[in-house]
Amino acid sequence: VETRITSEDMDHVNVKIYVQESTSIDLRDAIQVFHRWIQDAVLNELVIDVADYRHVPAGPGVILIGDEANYSLDCAFNRLGLLYNRKRPSEGTVMDKLLKAFGSALLACSHLEDEAVFRGKLKFDAGRCEVILNDRLLAPNTEKTWLELKPHFETFFDGLFGSARYSMNRLGERRERIRIELNTPRPIDVRSMLEVLEPA
Amino acid sequence: MKASNSLWRENTLDKITPDLAKEIDAFESEIALKKQGRIDDKVFAETRLRRGCYGQRYDNGRRHDGGTTRELKYPAGELTKGPNTMWDAPGMQRIKIPFGGLNATQLEVLAELAEEYSDGIAHITTRQDVQLHFVHLDDAPSLMRRLAAVAITTREACGNSVRNVTGCPIAGVCRDELFDVTPYAKACAYFLLGHPECQNFGRKFKISFSGCHDKACALARIHDIGAIAAVREKAGVSKRGFEIYVGGGLGPVPYQAKLFAEFLPEEELLPTAQAIARVFARLGERKNRNRARMKFVVDKLGIEEFKRVVAEERSILPYDERWTAYLKDILQHEEIPLKPGAPLVQIEGGHPEGFAQWRDTNVYEQKQSGYATVTVALPLGDINANQLRSVADLARKYIHETVRSTVEQNLVLRWVSESDLPSVYDDLRTAGLHAAGAGTIVDISACPGTDTCKLGISSSRGLAGELRRRLGERNGSLDQAIKNLRIKISGCFNSCGQHHIADLGFYGVSRNKNKYNVPHFQVVLGGQWTENAGAYGLAIGAVPSKRITEALDRIVSKYVTERAADESFQSFVKRIGKAECKRILEDLMEIPSHEANPSLYTDWADAREFTIGDLGIGECAGEVVSNIEFQLKDCEREAFEAQLELDRGHYERAGKAAYQSMLHAAAALLDWKFFAHSPEPDSIVSHFRTNFFDTQLFFDPFVGGNFAQYFFRAHENAGAPSTSESAHQLVEEAQLFIEGCHACYGRLSAERAKVA
Repeated sequence: VETRITSEDMDHVNVKIYVQESTSIDLRDAIQVFHRWIQDAVLNELVIDVADYRHVPAGPGVILIGDEANYSLDCAFNRLGLLYNRKRPSEGTVMDKLLKAFGSALLACSHLEDEAVFRGKLKFDAGRCEVILNDRLLAPNTEKTWLELKPHFETFFDGLFGSARYSMNRLGERRERIRIELNTPRPIDVRSMLEVLEPA
Repeated sequence: MKASNSLWRENTLDKITPDLAKEIDAFESEIALKKQGRIDDKVFAETRLRRGCYGQRYDNGRRHDGGTTRELKYPAGELTKGPNTMWDAPGMQRIKIPFGGLNATQLEVLAELAEEYSDGIAHITTRQDVQLHFVHLDDAPSLMRRLAAVAITTREACGNSVRNVTGCPIAGVCRDELFDVTPYAKACAYFLLGHPECQNFGRKFKISFSGCHDKACALARIHDIGAIAAVREKAGVSKRGFEIYVGGGLGPVPYQAKLFAEFLPEEELLPTAQAIARVFARLGERKNRNRARMKFVVDKLGIEEFKRVVAEERSILPYDERWTAYLKDILQHEEIPLKPGAPLVQIEGGHPEGFAQWRDTNVYEQKQSGYATVTVALPLGDINANQLRSVADLARKYIHETVRSTVEQNLVLRWVSESDLPSVYDDLRTAGLHAAGAGTIVDISACPGTDTCKLGISSSRGLAGELRRRLGERNGSLDQAIKNLRIKISGCFNSCGQHHIADLGFYGVSRNKNKYNVPHFQVVLGGQWTENAGAYGLAIGAVPSKRITEALDRIVSKYVTERAADESFQSFVKRIGKAECKRILEDLMEIPSHEANPSLYTDWADAREFTIGDLGIGECAGEVVSNIEFQLKDCEREAFEAQLELDRGHYERAGKAAYQSMLHAAAALLDWKFFAHSPEPDSIVSHFRTNFFDTQLFFDPFVGGNFAQYFFRAHENAGAPSTSESAHQLVEEAQLFIEGCHACYGRLSAERAKVA
């Protein structure tokens, strides 16, 4: 299929990396962790504040609000994961933007796993994730958009997962943003995935 | 900033009315001109405010991270969107929803905007608006176009303008109303929107419509214009009209609205509103924003003179056909149900789990047989995008898209056939929107507070979330007597959380203990939510934020155990007296040292060491308690005693005690800074003016020197006779002036520690 997806269409890539099923944490702890990330400049970008939405069922959980992007321990659809929400457009190709979003999300996951309060309790699975394009006008949730996106995603995830098999499915209905779910048969450690991305 | 911004204009052009399209185009041009430096900061700030684009906390480019104040280096550099407001700092977008009316498509668009421009949450406000937070100003025109395409405007949602016209959310289906006020509220909202007479106010202007006297649904008495449905019989014919109240308002010092007209015929509603707007524009204060609301005009002129000048304005207004055009079809105005009304079939054990409890609190039996209004209780007024789409689905599946937002920060679905209630409950449960307890003690209202508001002192949402969680866990075991009490929380004295009219109100303040700031909430008792906000409460004392949970438990436990049969909470507080209420909290008001209990020095849902500003707290120099802390505590006691005199009906004594408490607080500050003065009031006032007011040392970053003005005015009026109302105001003003002294002491201490 010929793809008409442009780099601009990918400006607002969101990546959500799900936690492994054994995870059991108190989201309250994320508040102090994110505040400290601001204090210690853990992420190499402008982060502004922490928003607490624990009271909203299946909501955004706890968000570290940034200028380029937000990072959250997100509970949408009652599935906990680290959500990287790219807000500010960035330079580069479609691949560059996917790489940036995945790299940032995985790095945040790795930092969270290292936090003393979460150690041994929070483990992400890089083989279970979602990609969301947060702009309905440029990327509506249609089969057509998906068919146009697919070649890019296949190139990217073939590189990311290497020989590991994976499946991709478009999720949601027309009113929702386009969401692509990826699954590998076995969990993938966040650090090993970061090592794959590092040379890039 | 969204990549698709340049495309939305073309994509929405055929769906937007020419007026709105022109308005949004103009705003986009103004944004471009501001970026070129061709619009003054102050002018642009008011321009964007009138489009609902509000600033948010930390938009001055600084944030205290708990250890130190950090600069937030936004990419746009020094570009600003108002005085001391950085361009790239995320802001809040307020969206006007007249009388709270929403349809399914509008809910879906709000969901889209929450996801694409905000943080995935739409927040329902205490004035039936919707707010999106963390929005970039460059995205605002696209956001506005998408709203305009579904007939929603953000115009005049903020700024010195007519704000969202609120209305009873069950108007038209209410069992107690005289008639449905919806079409009148709608006509008033759109008549005054962008009206030339309403563009030159010194401050905001709020209007509400209620169908009855007794309930609280529209809070008529806290508005600049509060209209309550009234009917007159003349020659056997019923004539519709309104009982009109004017000059009400909360804010730091609340004013009860005054009766303007016992019966204003319906055809006079819009021209009278226009005439009142003209009077406000002409006579309202301009220089001092804190005296600029219409309540001060009414207070200054007196209601009779106010009536006279309004009548004078009304007599010279040129005729406008819009005044009455909407009336010709008004009796035909009615909402159409989607399904025939049918009773709920009672099946023993056959309804979903939790249904009975939910039905008890969240379902209102309409006056139309077989129909009910369902309240979707939203925690802290928040709803996520998927939930908004779910509500849209319900609005199409069960009703004719008749959804409204409420001043209690919830949504209601009107015209649900009672037989559908179990299915509606099931669908709400799937969406996580099935929480019971609407309109009860767990249904807590709170303003944004320190989460996002620049004026917030303590975390109103953090406290509301904690109280909601704790009370929710005990909901089944809570005594029936307290279930229907209302809790309302504001992050500061400005009362956006409407703490004055709650059974149990709280507003955020700060206290200083050995150079550390401690988040507190003043406990407000005596307010009345019903009868359209029939009475305003007063603060009895400040308790550390983290101890408010315990304070609440003590107050309600006392009520449960000591109340007389059928005694209301207000009557109980009045009977036992505020001194007794305060006594049971007094030990909670004592602040332990930072070392002894550091958790009290942080706020709810915020891990940072608490601060009231961008100034850091220096290292503790020792546990020496400054005398001013004792002195200010004494002043608070005096102000409280003034309140007790007020409650006893001793207005002269109340006024005098309140004034004395202000004098003593001013003297405490003077003594602390070693400014010599005699004990004579003139000397204290004069030295305070010279050393704290003229130097602006007393000035708060946001309210400036207004609390000092309360003190000066009290001094000027000392000896004048006190009425119930003037004494009530003086007590409020004394409490605020003492808060100002606390804040001044806290700021100056922190500065001194920083220098050291």
